[in-house]
Amino acid sequence: MPDTFTFLMDGRSVVATAGQSILEAAEAGGIYVPRLCHKPGLVPWGACRICTVRMNDRPCAACTQPAVPGSVVENDTEELRAYRRTLVEMLFVEGNHFCMLCEKSGNCELQALAYRLGVTAPRAPYFFQARDIDASHPDIILDRNRCIQCARCIRTSKDLDGKNVFGFLGRGTAKRIGVNARVRLRDTEVDLTDLSLDACPVGALLRKREGFRVPVGDRLYDLEPIGSDIERNSP
Amino acid sequence: MTRKRIATTSLAGCFGCHMSILDIDERFLALADLVEFDRSPIDDIKHISRRCDIGIIEGGCCNEENVETLREFRRNCNVLIALGDCATMGGIPALRNNIPLEQCLLEAYRDGPSVQNPSGLIPNHPELPLLLDKVYPCHEVVRIEYFLPGCPPSAETIWQALVALLEGRQADLPYELIKYD
Amino acid sequence: MTATSESRSPSVDPTLEEVVETIDRHGNERTSLMHVLRDIQERHRCVSPGAQSLVAEVMGIPRVEVEGFVSFYSFLSEEPWGDIVIRVCDDVPDRMRGFERVLSAFREAVGVEVGRTSADGITLTTTASIGLSDQAPAALVNDVPVTELSTDKVHRIVEALRSHRDPKKLVTLLGDGNNAHPLVRSMVKNNLMHPGPLIFSPVSRGQAIRRATRVSPAEVIRQVKAARLRGRGGAGFPTGMKWEFTRASLGERKFVICNADEGEPGTFKDRVILTERPDRVFSGMTVAGYAIGAQEGIVYLRAEYQYLRAYLEAVLAQRRSDGLLGRDIVGRPGFHFDIRIQMGAGAYVCGEETALIRSCEGRAGEPLNRPPFPAEHGFLGCPTSVNNVETYCCIAKILEEGAAAFNEYGTPESAGTKVLSISGDCLKPGIYEVAFGITLHTMLEMCGAEDARAVQVGGPSGSLVGPTDFHRRICFNDLPTGGSMIVFGPDRDLLSVVYAFAEFFADESCGYCTPCRVGTQLILRYLERLRAGRAEASDIEELRRTARTMKTTSRCGLGSTACNPVLTSMERFPELYAPVDDHPDAYRRSFDLPRAVAEAERLSGRTSRGEHVEQGYHA
Repeated sequence: MPDTFTFLMDGRSVVATAGQSILEAAEAGGIYVPRLCHKPGLVPWGACRICTVRMNDRPCAACTQPAVPGSVVENDTEELRAYRRTLVEMLFVEGNHFCMLCEKSGNCELQALAYRLGVTAPRAPYFFQARDIDASHPDIILDRNRCIQCARCIRTSKDLDGKNVFGFLGRGTAKRIGVNARVRLRDTEVDLTDLSLDACPVGALLRKREGFRVPVGDRLYDLEPIGSDIERNSP
Repeated sequence: MTRKRIATTSLAGCFGCHMSILDIDERFLALADLVEFDRSPIDDIKHISRRCDIGIIEGGCCNEENVETLREFRRNCNVLIALGDCATMGGIPALRNNIPLEQCLLEAYRDGPSVQNPSGLIPNHPELPLLLDKVYPCHEVVRIEYFLPGCPPSAETIWQALVALLEGRQADLPYELIKYD
Repeated sequence: MTATSESRSPSVDPTLEEVVETIDRHGNERTSLMHVLRDIQERHRCVSPGAQSLVAEVMGIPRVEVEGFVSFYSFLSEEPWGDIVIRVCDDVPDRMRGFERVLSAFREAVGVEVGRTSADGITLTTTASIGLSDQAPAALVNDVPVTELSTDKVHRIVEALRSHRDPKKLVTLLGDGNNAHPLVRSMVKNNLMHPGPLIFSPVSRGQAIRRATRVSPAEVIRQVKAARLRGRGGAGFPTGMKWEFTRASLGERKFVICNADEGEPGTFKDRVILTERPDRVFSGMTVAGYAIGAQEGIVYLRAEYQYLRAYLEAVLAQRRSDGLLGRDIVGRPGFHFDIRIQMGAGAYVCGEETALIRSCEGRAGEPLNRPPFPAEHGFLGCPTSVNNVETYCCIAKILEEGAAAFNEYGTPESAGTKVLSISGDCLKPGIYEVAFGITLHTMLEMCGAEDARAVQVGGPSGSLVGPTDFHRRICFNDLPTGGSMIVFGPDRDLLSVVYAFAEFFADESCGYCTPCRVGTQLILRYLERLRAGRAEASDIEELRRTARTMKTTSRCGLGSTACNPVLTSMERFPELYAPVDDHPDAYRRSFDLPRAVAEAERLSGRTSRGEHVEQGYHA
């Protein structure tokens, strides 16, 4: 194959093409690099930092770092797992994640990552910050309590739906998802066929009245750990 | 082998986690051979009578009485288990945590759409423990050794964790048993 | 004359005609967004939701992006402010010199709490470093800096504002040098305590450009490399190499950007350089344009230095009429280069070069993922070289007198001089241009601080060092600094300093990535426990874990250095982090029962269970 090269990840040889990110190359080779803000088809974002790996000993986000020929990449090490646990815990204490009443539970990527990383309870203090819910739209709910600022809805709306329904407002811990209207989601050009509505890794952006079609217990990550689909492709 | 002593309590919880303890079904008989229950809603003993090996806490702390109870458990138990989401992160009661306390009380006793309270009085009997400013997960009040999340945690989760502890192992949960819902 | 607030200022909502006119004046391009919104903010005291809608519509920008822009920058607001906005600088050097007293005096004099506006239209707020640490406590009244504040002075200022409502009239005694220039007219002082041989030496205008254009661009880059020049903003990347990459990158348009967004707490050197040697800065930029093949230069000037803008524009105009900017510069056919000033609007993170570029592009100042680097893919996707104000001065000097003359100063790895902004507990705070390689000890002698307990080298993103490190040298491979040097005397409470810096980073995190957005908040919470004497060993361990996670996993330099105040003070001053003993019964020390029940006590009128016999209470 033209333009391909290899690098070493956790002792395994991984084939990559020029310009391909470490994460994509690893995934193609059946190695799962934990991630939240990354979604195939969207421009790599590098916000959650869960996919932090070490390339030639330097930490970098596997989703934005192009693979380098002959490089040595660490992925599944105790050090990196510890950072990932801390980052997942950070997201849990920052938001208001009440899994027991969330329709996304079992299909939630944040929750699934916590399960996979063996997090039983975050060690950091919970923030319990007040955050707004926008339930104005008859068929869609935007619950900022659960938002992890991954921008998947923003990117999907912009790049795949050709709209700009969502965008970030504010900065720091006040950073939040805004909508492209003066006040409410129902006043935007959002449409039920928009791909952005299915881009959310958590339960922040949901279609109403569809949450319990699949019973809790039978959901995606009730059955197997997140990343299992990728690891099944391992040669 | 002497039987291990266990105490359990429900703080700001719904007793659902205790129901889940009972859900171990016939294994309860085996458990009864291995352990002796001290203070627990199961036997209605009101205070811990002597030092326990394991304390199981359902619910977080929403008032000062919860804090007193949790501290009593901490003083008298070698190992504490936070059982269920309320104990580990505050759970449903913690939904009030980003609303000022006064607003919560007014909503509950005066302004809420389903409130029927012509006196407009907010309960304030001396027997009523004072509420805390928010609902605290147990580990923010005392040291906790083990966390069993879930709403409620499954009987299997509880059983495996208890058996591990009774056999002197760490109560580490396998993937299938870590659940937050 | 007394006027009501209504007659003084137009309504909060601009008309469509006005928005169209404003946009036309700046050009209907995304890159004009900052100046359009700043104009609306100035005229209407806010960028109201209605104004946001109009701007979005006329400029063809999604409304949510306009709202995102307004809500990102501290100097823009959706809620109306008064026509006078007092921003009291809340930085560590200010706190060391009576910030609290000064702020109380402002609250009393204006008659409002921080963040509020008085009935007669004076808004009181606080802000991060405004670049006046050597004359702290200081504040900005609209664009006008007021310095060396005392409680008396505060009362006089507010009284004067109430009578004439003109912040410019607050300046009675002019500062030294160009602070007294008719276009500046500021009370700011240069405090140029130790002008060095390079940056602050006299300028022979045009000489650097003439020398540069006599040789090839490649030769100019060779000279910069021969001078071993490294970036003066703090990171120390070799400038010649950066230029070489930018020159080699393909692109019809290329850009030269000057980072004049010095926001590191305790730094103010660029202010003095821009006040006293703007010609040298612009020379350096023009040389850069020649070397990398760029025709457009941008000075990104922080909002806090707006008071210098008219003066800098005049210097640029003069250079144009002298043939030092514009077309066929210094008579060399085909060498075109011009410089414009791009204002910021109060965001520390914009000092990070990719965030700065985003801000220039009319977007929230969030740093970008790298690669690609700006040298390849910068402003508007074009190859761009971003360098610090002081770096451009070095460039000009290297061209003026040659690499060898430049190399006479400094050390082999750190050639030349460094301009230090020294503030805090010293007798002579101000600007010191010193050769790289001097020890901290020498620096402390120069500024009159032999009894220092600690020095914050390079500002909060740098490191806190103590006397055992005072023998170390100020240079890239020992103690690097962007210029901020804050001195702490023997009695200073260093933990409160660490906490103040933690507050700064929590305010200034852009919020893009998890470790910085959440980590800066967690650090505050753990430090609060520590300061309250409630941090157990496990809390200290969590603090360390949080800081290390930030260091390793953050996306940009802000996040990976926001933990430095904690990590470096832990290393140098471990006694600050002595935990309280664990409770004998393993209660968490951080749980404060009296505080947790205080609100319920207030509401119920009871102090503890069973004390008051009451059946209820009326809310």
